[in-house]
This record gives sequence, structure tokens and C-alpha cells, in this order.
Amino acid sequence: MVEHAISAKGLRKRYGETQAVDGVTFDVAQGEFYGILGPNGAGKTTTLELVEGLREPDEGTARLLGSPSWPRDRTLLRRIGVQLQASAFFEKLTAREQIRTFASLYGVPADRADAMLDTVGLVDKAGTREDKLSGGQAQRLSIACALVHDPELVFLDEPTTGLDPQARRNLWDLLRQINAEGRTVVLTTHYMDEAETLCDRVAIMDHGRVLRAGPPRELVEELGCDSLEDVFLQLTGREYRE
Amino acid sequence: MTPFLSLSAAMTKGLLRDRAAVFFMLVFPLMFLVLLGALLKDSGLSQSEIVQVGDVKVLDDIPAKERAELRDVLRIEKTDGSAAARKEALEKVRKGDTDAAVYQRPGGRVELRYSAADQVRAGNVQGVLDSIVQQANQKATGRPPAFQLRTSTLQDQSTKPIQFLTPGLLGWAVAMSGVFGSAFNLVNWRKKRILRRLWLAPIGAGSVVGARVGVNLALAFAQTGIFLAVATLPYYGLKLTGHWWLCLPLIACGTLAFMSIGLLVGAWAKSEEAANGLAQLIVLPMAFLSGAFFPLDDAPGWVRTVSGFLPLKHLVQAMEDVLSRGEGWGAALPAMGGLLLFAAVLTLIASKLFRWDAA
Repeated sequence: MVEHAISAKGLRKRYGETQAVDGVTFDVAQGEFYGILGPNGAGKTTTLELVEGLREPDEGTARLLGSPSWPRDRTLLRRIGVQLQASAFFEKLTAREQIRTFASLYGVPADRADAMLDTVGLVDKAGTREDKLSGGQAQRLSIACALVHDPELVFLDEPTTGLDPQARRNLWDLLRQINAEGRTVVLTTHYMDEAETLCDRVAIMDHGRVLRAGPPRELVEELGCDSLEDVFLQLTGREYRE
Repeated sequence: MTPFLSLSAAMTKGLLRDRAAVFFMLVFPLMFLVLLGALLKDSGLSQSEIVQVGDVKVLDDIPAKERAELRDVLRIEKTDGSAAARKEALEKVRKGDTDAAVYQRPGGRVELRYSAADQVRAGNVQGVLDSIVQQANQKATGRPPAFQLRTSTLQDQSTKPIQFLTPGLLGWAVAMSGVFGSAFNLVNWRKKRILRRLWLAPIGAGSVVGARVGVNLALAFAQTGIFLAVATLPYYGLKLTGHWWLCLPLIACGTLAFMSIGLLVGAWAKSEEAANGLAQLIVLPMAFLSGAFFPLDDAPGWVRTVSGFLPLKHLVQAMEDVLSRGEGWGAALPAMGGLLLFAAVLTLIASKLFRWDAA
């Protein structure tokens, strides 16, 4: 049997009064493009943090590539790539210095880091400091930093938030390419069109639970909707979220 | 490159490219040394100035050789003897523009009018004038003096300003870079989620902590080198004695103690602004209470009691001892032990308060 890239079972996490994640179970196959969708406060971020091994679950386990993600396992960390946020950069360093620093954390040589910069089309911005990059450039750089050690499994947290349509489409191409190279990609997003185009399967979350999971097209048909956005609104309601 | 080296390089570049940080950690304390060192260099009573109105026989008759010696303590400005000139001279004394006015009444009586604003200076002028008059009186008798006073100065053992300014201001500089360095680093990395990103990289905590400590130690040694280079310039005249190099391990232990304060500040503060405010609130009073700017010999007892708990005080005192008082391990070791203990306790408390997220 082929090992699942991700196998999360009964994950629960409580912060004080809030049950942030309330029994989340899902599997992601090797090479799959998986989307986690949900309104603000639905528990997406905490779920991702539990799966990545940033936090210890109160209950349940998350296995990545066959190994538990908690406690911290440095051998496993070499095989996964994480993009937390576009701003997770070292202060006052240029794009090239950022990616070379991240590369060295994984024992990756500088020329491989420079090649990655080329892949995301940032060669002419190599000497630009992190705070002088545009939103799209910063997103591409943070994705490049997550990919520099050639991970098998990549987590992307809202990679296209705040980008203009051009930058978004460019990034989609990049993400498809990453996935086409055989990597498993997990992303969270607020854009349903994005999930519909990119993801093989999506999980729609709310109140710390997975409401529905499956290929976008199947979900649309199953619930008799026009688009994934309608599916999303039908499942999670229309009230304002925090 | 190893993670340790590349993180050190990233931190060093981040620090050196932050002009405000470089100014506050390197240039600002050095400015204090350069300015205070020059201002306090000749502290003590300097030359007094008097105005001589018209002819005053005892002053005019001072032989050239004695006049030259006198010039170190007394500068005499001579004006004409008119009534207007006398009025003007007295006005100058009143305003404090000169220390005293002297003139001769008919019949040989010498009148000295001085301001009582500065008692020490007034006494000084009075004493000098009195001795000039007494010497003239004695000469007028035509007999050799019965008693003679010979004076010579001795290289005194009292503390010169540069001897406490150098360790004091250097200690303050090291305290600032230690506290601010680790507090800002922690808050900034937490806010930018670099801490979490590093948690998800296959590196040990030792590389991260080691890099931060290494960068701060290098910065502290650079500060020490620059301070000692400036203070030992002939103009400032700090003389390093035998065990002066013991200031290096002292600085290293001090840096760890100050970084632990920074860790505590960084663990508590949610934003860089809050970290900045709290760090200022700690470092500046600590510097004053530790005798970084002026000696605490005349401070009230409670101040000295409080300062006994401050790491900067022990660092400054031990550095003063080893830098210019010729003391050795005996002065350095207890201070180093205390600083390391302080660092250990605060780091432990900070680790309990540590948070990954700004929320």
C-alpha cells in the first residue's frame, strides 16, 4: 500500500474556552493537491499547525509521510516545506540572502538557492530587501524559501491573499508546476475559484470540524450548486465571521 | 554554511543595516565618553580670573618667574585706574563674569571685592591674594623668611574621571545592546513568525540561541575595543593596568546577564514599541543606579542597597578594578559568578513566559 502523504486522525485542540479543532480526520494521497477551506475562525490555521507539528494536539495524531509530526522530528522536517506567511523573512536581508539563509538551514548549497530564485522569477530582484518587494514578489519568495530543499510535501498558508489577478495567475502556474513535479501540496485559501482550479480535493471546515471533503466538481454536483462558492456558502452560512 | 554560521550572518547583516541600532549601540555611548571625558577631564578647581583696576603695587611687583607660576591658578586682567573702570569691574563681579576685582586705595591698602556665589572659588581667590600680600609684607621687612613652605604634587591615587567613565559608559553600552538586541530579536521574530519557521526547519535550538549570543558577544567586544581605544588616547589618558584583559570575560558574562533581561522583556512584550519602552525603562535607571555616569560614593544608602541587586553595578565596579586599579581575578571572579547566576535565573523565568505567537 502506498503511504499517505498526510494521515490526520481525530485531531482536537482547545484554547481556553474555545474548541479550535474538534475531531478532524482526513487523508491526503501522495502527489495530491489538497485544499483546506473555511471562513475565518473555522479552525483551518490550527488544523494546519497541528498537522505540521507546530503544536501538540490535545487528542489524535497526524502522520506525515508515515512519521508522526509531534514530537518534533528533524528527519521528517527535512522532507516537508512550509510557507507560513509572506512576511516570515529575516529583517533587512535581500531576497538572495533570505533564500540562501533558509537553504543553509537545510544544508542546501547556495547555487541551488539561486536556481530556486530563478524558478520563481525573482533573479532581477535578488538584491532587493524584503521590505521593498511587492506583495506578489514576497509571496513568490516565501514559496521559494519553502521549496529550496526540494521537499516531498509542501504546506502553503493563503499564498495568494492580497495579490492582483496577474500575480495570482502567475502563482497558480507556479503551484501547478510544483504539484506536477510530484510533490504533495496542501493549501488554505479564501478564494473558491482558486480551490476549484488547483485542488484535486478540498475539505470545507467550520467550527473546528470538516463539514465535507471531496473533489470540487463532485461537491458541486452533490449539493446541486453552480459553483464551489455556493457549496461553501450553503455549508457555512452567510453570517459575518470575525 | 552551517545553520549556526548562516543565522549569525543573517543577524549581523540585519543589525549593521539598521542605522538606528548601530547609532544607539555604538555611536551614542561613545559620544558620551568623548564628551563627558573631555568635560570632566580637568574637573576640580580651574584657573580663577580677577580684574586689577589701575596699579596695585604688590601685584605689579611680582617677579616674572613667580608670575608664570601664578598663571596656572590666577589670571589677572589689568585695566586703567579710572572710576569708570572700577565701576565696570565691580559690575562684572556682580554678574559673575569675573571672580573678583582688586584695586589699591591710597595708603597701600589693597581692596579685594569678590562674589560669594561660588564659595570655593571665592576662598581660593582670597587665599591666593592673601599669600601674595603676605609675601610682599615679608619681603618689605628685608629679612629672610623664618618659615618656608615647599610644595610638590604627588601622582595621586584618587579616581580620575576617565577611570570611572570608561567602565561605566562601556557597561551601559553593553547593557543597551544586550537588552535591546535580544528583546527586539525575540519580538520581531515572533511577530514575523520566523520563530515558527525555524521550528519547522531541521535545526537545533542551540544554533539559533548560539548565533544570537555569538553576535551579541562580538558586538560587545567591538564596543570594548572602541571604548578602550578612545579612552587610552593621550588626550583622555586612561592607563590600563596589568589585568585589564580581564574586562573581556567580564563583558562576556555581563552580555549574557543583559541578554537574559532582554529575553524577559521580549517574552513579555507583544510589539517592538512595547519592548523598546520597557527596555528603556529598565536600562536607563539601571545605568544611573549602577554608577555608569557618575560614581555612587556620595549616594544615599538606599540607592547603594538597590544598586547591589543590579548586574550593571557589579560589572562596572569589577571593570573599574581590573582596568585601572591593578586588581586581578580576585575582583573579577565574584562578579562573573554573580552575572552568570543572574543570567541563569532570568533565562529560566523568561522560558516560562515564552510564547510562540504574538496573540
